[in-house]
Amino acid sequence: MSTTRRPLPVWADIVLLPLINIALAFIVVGIIVAIIGVNPVEALRLLVAGAVGSPDAIAYTLYYATNFIFTGLAVSVAFHAGLFNIGGEGQAYIGGLGCGLAILAFDRFLPAWLLIPVAIVAAALFGAAWAAVPAWLQAWHGSHIVITTIMFNFVASALMVYLLVNVLIAPGSMTPQSRPFAASAALPVLMGSTLNLSIALALACCIGVWVFLWHTSWGYALRTMGHSPSAAIYAGTNLKRMTMLAMCLSGALAGLVAVNELLGVQHRVLLDFQAGYGFAGIAVALMGRNHPLGVVLAALLFGALQQGGAELSFDLPGINREMVVVIQGLVILFSGALEHLPRPWLQTLLSRRA
Amino acid sequence: MQVLTSDSSIERSSIDLAIELRSIDKSFGSVHAVRDVSMRIEAGRVTGIVGENGAGKSTLMSILYGLYRADAGEILVGGAAMQMDSPRDAIAHGIGMVHQHFMLIDSFTVLENLVLGAEGGALLANGLAAARAELGRLSREYGLTVDPDALVADLSVGEQQRVEILKVLFRGARILILDEPSAVLTPQEADQLFRILATLKAHGVTVVLITHKLREIMAATDAVYVMRQGEIVAGRATSDTNPEELAELMVGRKVLTHLDKAPPRRGEVVLRAEHLSLVDARGVRLLEDIGLELRAGEIVGIAGVSGNGQTELLQVLAGIRAPTGGRLEVCGRTIDAEHPVDPAEMRELGLAHVPEDRLRQGMVADFRASETSILGYHEDEPFSNHWLLDGPAVGKHCTELMQRFDVRPRAPGLHSASFSGGNQQKLVLAREMDQAPKVLLVGQPTRGVDIGAIEFIHRELVKSRDAGCAVLVVSVELEEILSLADRILVMFAGRIVGDVDAAAANERQLGLMMAGAQAT
Repeated sequence: MSTTRRPLPVWADIVLLPLINIALAFIVVGIIVAIIGVNPVEALRLLVAGAVGSPDAIAYTLYYATNFIFTGLAVSVAFHAGLFNIGGEGQAYIGGLGCGLAILAFDRFLPAWLLIPVAIVAAALFGAAWAAVPAWLQAWHGSHIVITTIMFNFVASALMVYLLVNVLIAPGSMTPQSRPFAASAALPVLMGSTLNLSIALALACCIGVWVFLWHTSWGYALRTMGHSPSAAIYAGTNLKRMTMLAMCLSGALAGLVAVNELLGVQHRVLLDFQAGYGFAGIAVALMGRNHPLGVVLAALLFGALQQGGAELSFDLPGINREMVVVIQGLVILFSGALEHLPRPWLQTLLSRRA
Repeated sequence: MQVLTSDSSIERSSIDLAIELRSIDKSFGSVHAVRDVSMRIEAGRVTGIVGENGAGKSTLMSILYGLYRADAGEILVGGAAMQMDSPRDAIAHGIGMVHQHFMLIDSFTVLENLVLGAEGGALLANGLAAARAELGRLSREYGLTVDPDALVADLSVGEQQRVEILKVLFRGARILILDEPSAVLTPQEADQLFRILATLKAHGVTVVLITHKLREIMAATDAVYVMRQGEIVAGRATSDTNPEELAELMVGRKVLTHLDKAPPRRGEVVLRAEHLSLVDARGVRLLEDIGLELRAGEIVGIAGVSGNGQTELLQVLAGIRAPTGGRLEVCGRTIDAEHPVDPAEMRELGLAHVPEDRLRQGMVADFRASETSILGYHEDEPFSNHWLLDGPAVGKHCTELMQRFDVRPRAPGLHSASFSGGNQQKLVLAREMDQAPKVLLVGQPTRGVDIGAIEFIHRELVKSRDAGCAVLVVSVELEEILSLADRILVMFAGRIVGDVDAAAANERQLGLMMAGAQAT
């Protein structure tokens, strides 16, 4: 008769299972790569070398990971409140608007030590505000937050195109970009490349989120709402206000992508600087089990794929940018949607050995 | 394990066996839910299975119905060994199950519900016509009358249960398993159900009745098996046993069915409701003209068939929902539609609430026990200093509660869902009583709780009363209300239809009031 399956030990759930998922994803990637006529072993070697093979590569990987940490945390915080925030993309974009407006308004008067914090706060506030509208619609009018946050991505995109083409565009320029920020608005660069001090901010946010969710009474109430809304009502939590709080925090975290991109790298407001990070944040959160530490690990993996993939498409003519997207997609598929596929097998294996 | 004790008078030879279970064994992880159970269910008779919650009754029946697969053992239907891989197999072998929670679609008619899953072809009309004829035959034969064209939503609970039974018979079942069928019925409706079972038996249908109510076993069964901790501890012919013996077998020791308590020493009124009403957004009147007074030092019991407004009354009294009419006074604060209150403020006033729905309201299943032990008090000293939670203080608090209320296992780090029903309830009760409230609202104090814990919980509630707390108990278990309460209110269709002194109350009189027949 059937073997008794025990639940997985924690280490297997957190470490082993994700590794197996990633391995499965890479096996499928290898098959596809072989089909289009590229040696999969060579491709893997180039991918790994491109991601972590040199200090430069590592710096790029960390720079990408910074964005993924912000959006992954954003999705996680909302998720713990039982809310599915699909709007990280739009919130990051509008965060960039807030960040940019603050710099463009003040970079001639304020010293760097004041200007940069103001810009960071502006990015967070604008991101939060962009998330607050769908939150308000759900809390008071019952519109589903998944639908509204998706729509707000499009609204954000249209708004930014309009503003950059008609309002913020540098005088005399043909490209829809703002004027460059003053040098005082640049974040210090690390390891001589695009990596900048934002990564410290991202890690601080991880600690902040961890303390907030598990060690404050508000975080307790937020998780109660996420696990059981009726228990939260019973406990006396105002669900409307808690929905607003969770989504504003989530939006603020997403908005901080702008700090890395605009203050750290681009030094101007431009189109689509946030492209893809908001959506990838969902996969990062999923893979990181909505825990800040897991989010950091997943963000590192996604950063490595982004950077290694870019190198790969540069080195191998058979593989283009789209192929890199396929690789990322498969990793998301196996570690997200098919996450539990190897679980029964692993359970049987481990309980047989135990 | 010896299945049938030698003094049993269940005849083993002369009657055909409908089902025989041989050495069935089932574990879930480290929990050994069913241990080496063998059981003989005779054709054309009513066999009862009693046991406390968690004794393994439902698991055993789920194995028989193909919902779970046994780790070991054999199932014989009509003498032949069968493999039950899914309910489909069970149905094919003539086994049907009536679940405690009805599986009916409210917006469909009786007939449409009947054919669900057995529509008989792509075009519904043929299937419906055939089903109508078959339903007519079943109704006549078994005396199960229902209007085939009535919407299920318009039927009473008793009638809905009849539809469930018809559904099972319609699929050709000759062996009927009923899981706690009377949980949602009034005593009168339950009596009707047992008459139906008797008719079914007279027509040769085999019935398996799972229950924890000994009264029903005595009234309706021919033979009874007692389960405790996954094992069969006794098999008896019903005529050879009595409720006291069965209760003792279920618990494994002598049970005090009588609760010793002194007469109440009533103090001042701490909660008063006047003309309280509640109308929901669709205009449905859930509560109408409720008036009640609760005094310090007494236990008031609210009896009623589930779904007659008790849930809503508790919600209003606890501040979860605001009344739409009338007023409520709690510890000096007046609450009405214009001046609502939230549960947090109620707690500050000195009102504690043990909710009916323990799993979804009273605790968070995925939280650790220590986290559950501060639900509702998570912003109070010493657990929180306004911002940060004090983890060690919360853990210490939980350990203390667990010791005082004998919650097992004593593991504040364990997930709340991992505790048994009785231990979960003790934890919630401990949390609420720890605040020394002036008013204690308790919904279904012992739902899903084993007999040992019931005794404990009842004694704690009386202790709390004697310490001057005003206790309001809502329960669908009439016996519980009768043994706990000093005063009994009966609810029917959102109103309070009876107010009797517990000493003068009897089950029959209360039952009539619960069914809406005015008796006072």
